[in-house]
Amino acid sequence: MTTHASAEKSFLEKYVFSIDHKVIGIQFLFSSLFFFCMGGLLAMLIRTQLAWPWQEIPIVGGLLYGKSGSILAPETFPAIVTMHGTIMIFFFIIPVLSGAFGNFLIPLMIGAKDMAFPRVNMLSYWLMVPAFLIMLASFFVESGTAAAGWTSYVPLSALADKIPGSGTGQTLWIISLLLVGTSSLMGAINYITTIIMLRAKGMHMFRLPLTIWALFITAILALLATPVLTSALLLLLFDRTIGTHFFLPSGGGQVLLWQHLFWFYSHPAVYIMILPAMGMASDMISCFARKPLFGYRPMVYSIMAIAGLGFIVWGHHMFQSGMNPVLGMTFMTSTMMIALPSAIKTFNWLATIWRGQIRITAPMLNALAFVSTFVIGGLSGIFAAAIPVDVFIHDTYWIVGHIHYVLFGGSLFGVFGAIQYWFPKMFGRMMDDRWGKVHFILTFIAFNCVFFPMFILGMGGMPRRIADPYNYAFLTSLQPMNQFMTISAYILGLSQLVLFGNFFAGLFWGKKATNNPWEANTLEWTTTSPPPEHNFDTDPVVYHGPYEYSSPMVKEDWLPQNQALAGSAAD
Amino acid sequence: MGGLLPQASTFGPGVDSLFMLVLIVTGVAFVLVEGLLIYFLIRYRSRPGQKAAYIHGNHKVELAWTIIPGLMLFSLALYQRGAWVTMKQHLPNESQSVLVAVSAKQFEWHATYAGDDGRLDTEDDVVAPINILHAPVDQPVIVRLTSQDVIHSFFVPQFRIKQDAVPGMNIRLWFQATETGQFEIACAELCGLGHYRMRGQVTVESADDFKTWLAEVKAKQSGN
Repeated sequence: MTTHASAEKSFLEKYVFSIDHKVIGIQFLFSSLFFFCMGGLLAMLIRTQLAWPWQEIPIVGGLLYGKSGSILAPETFPAIVTMHGTIMIFFFIIPVLSGAFGNFLIPLMIGAKDMAFPRVNMLSYWLMVPAFLIMLASFFVESGTAAAGWTSYVPLSALADKIPGSGTGQTLWIISLLLVGTSSLMGAINYITTIIMLRAKGMHMFRLPLTIWALFITAILALLATPVLTSALLLLLFDRTIGTHFFLPSGGGQVLLWQHLFWFYSHPAVYIMILPAMGMASDMISCFARKPLFGYRPMVYSIMAIAGLGFIVWGHHMFQSGMNPVLGMTFMTSTMMIALPSAIKTFNWLATIWRGQIRITAPMLNALAFVSTFVIGGLSGIFAAAIPVDVFIHDTYWIVGHIHYVLFGGSLFGVFGAIQYWFPKMFGRMMDDRWGKVHFILTFIAFNCVFFPMFILGMGGMPRRIADPYNYAFLTSLQPMNQFMTISAYILGLSQLVLFGNFFAGLFWGKKATNNPWEANTLEWTTTSPPPEHNFDTDPVVYHGPYEYSSPMVKEDWLPQNQALAGSAAD
Repeated sequence: MGGLLPQASTFGPGVDSLFMLVLIVTGVAFVLVEGLLIYFLIRYRSRPGQKAAYIHGNHKVELAWTIIPGLMLFSLALYQRGAWVTMKQHLPNESQSVLVAVSAKQFEWHATYAGDDGRLDTEDDVVAPINILHAPVDQPVIVRLTSQDVIHSFFVPQFRIKQDAVPGMNIRLWFQATETGQFEIACAELCGLGHYRMRGQVTVESADDFKTWLAEVKAKQSGN
């Protein structure tokens, strides 16, 4: 990037090194969508290998696996699996939810001009950029990128001679994630402060939309959990570089310590990856059902319960790890109980559409897909919480299916919905709803064809992260199913072209958006599309909760939060 | 294709029936939720000029759908404790069991059996060939599991057992096979580039055949 004249410098300030939360949100959106594509392409490579192991890859094989003659090399498979997980989690789902939607929506939905700390906010994005570059660079180091799984279990991730990726690649992985963690931490502090301090007049905590509640609790989770990941990463870095033995038994270290520290962060991180999507889906469902959200307070309390319990279930990743089985029983009980707030949320979503006037739009379909697939994700987790069953299904494709129903089925459908729902506010134009529905139907069908069979593979005992399942006699009969899943995965991948086509067509040629195209109540729809730099021309005053749809007090079936009625008070 | 992999150990029936129980409970919840979702979506789609019901919630309903699933989940948690204790906490009596130390390393399983003295780590231990285990049918086998390098996981799918092999730790697990035959051991924890081919085999045979095999291995061992 060059800076010739002062005019261009102002462009830089406005769109690149911006302190405007909306621009930062959109920067997060575009970067995370780039990594979504990359993570998706890596998934295609995984699926190709599982359907037709060790086959020469036509056309692109030379480019991908030139060194090994267009065929995937055994050391490459763990690397691809590792990077698919790492990229999807740390560079796509977390940044798109908290970074993109958190940034864009928080000030707009609470009626603030910007974040509490706009420069910290800018820094939280610009710390991600070196993290992106370092992780991308790790693909080109001689021993290849990190290959010990996104969980980077020690000692595999600590000892360079145990797998090629545990050379320089793993060190770059650690440094990159340290930057990501620092960025999340800055975002979290900023979001918490903003939501506590900068709410518009009349916006009590219990008038906040659930999107904001979810982002608020998510920020608290990130604030409390991320430092633990940072410490664990630093200890691992020391073990790798300066000869300490925190995790290595050869020098008195503890292998399981890494898992405790890692999951102490990464289990709450699962909720960092789903709560914002729950919040956004709640807003979309209430809006398109034209009906108040059923059980607003129980919905808020269940978010809090999920977050609270989320801190005491990390051990359920470690039932077979050698952790004391008595401790396993404790984690089993807390894990069973965390299903409860999720169940409460599901019932409230159902009750919200009951007796509604449902407008079936693309964002609504995606929000409902969120609910229906999250249910499968949640219920499949109960099998794993039944610990005697977990002994069998742990580390099999059952778990892979479970996490993908939660994170793709849940979070990603939430994101698809949110992109289409807030697109008019972000860019001032509409995405095409009909193409949105085409994308939805293709994605929904292909998604289920890829991920539902994973439960069947899990019941057949197929372990995860194995490059060639058919090396085992008991798995050979699963090859046709794996091939079906792979073909479905290709269709799923191609279907995303419809989304991107629709996105960019909307960006350049979409119909101009009005201020409130969905006839929604929350404050972001009371300003222009896109909003001015300071968000609101007059400071909004809030008189109602966010879900006053179909109120008998007004003729319309919506009642914006800032619309005063006779007798309504702002405090 | 489809269904649970056939089981062949004393843990099998318990694990599989618990699986079926959870499948029934979650299956009912699944059909109920998805059914209502689809029904509401069709029944309550928007009609011009109509408003939705203006309802914000219902205290009693919230209580009902908190307490009922809460009790169900908690009962499920209590119900399964016994099976877990049997599988992972209480080991059978050593004197009536076969003792074997399994040490994993990239990408091999090394088994060492207790000899006639019935104890491990003594002179008369019997070192089995790489990736080979034998077990007598209907008799408990106690495995003392460790790893020499990275984490591996000892998984015999048909026996419904899985336990990580962790360097620096000796973890004890047990199983009792109920059928004779060959069963594969799969590594279930990513352990390196050869993870997918870290395959072992357990041969389950009659007590006599097992003794014969152990004696043969021992003879070969002392022959060297």
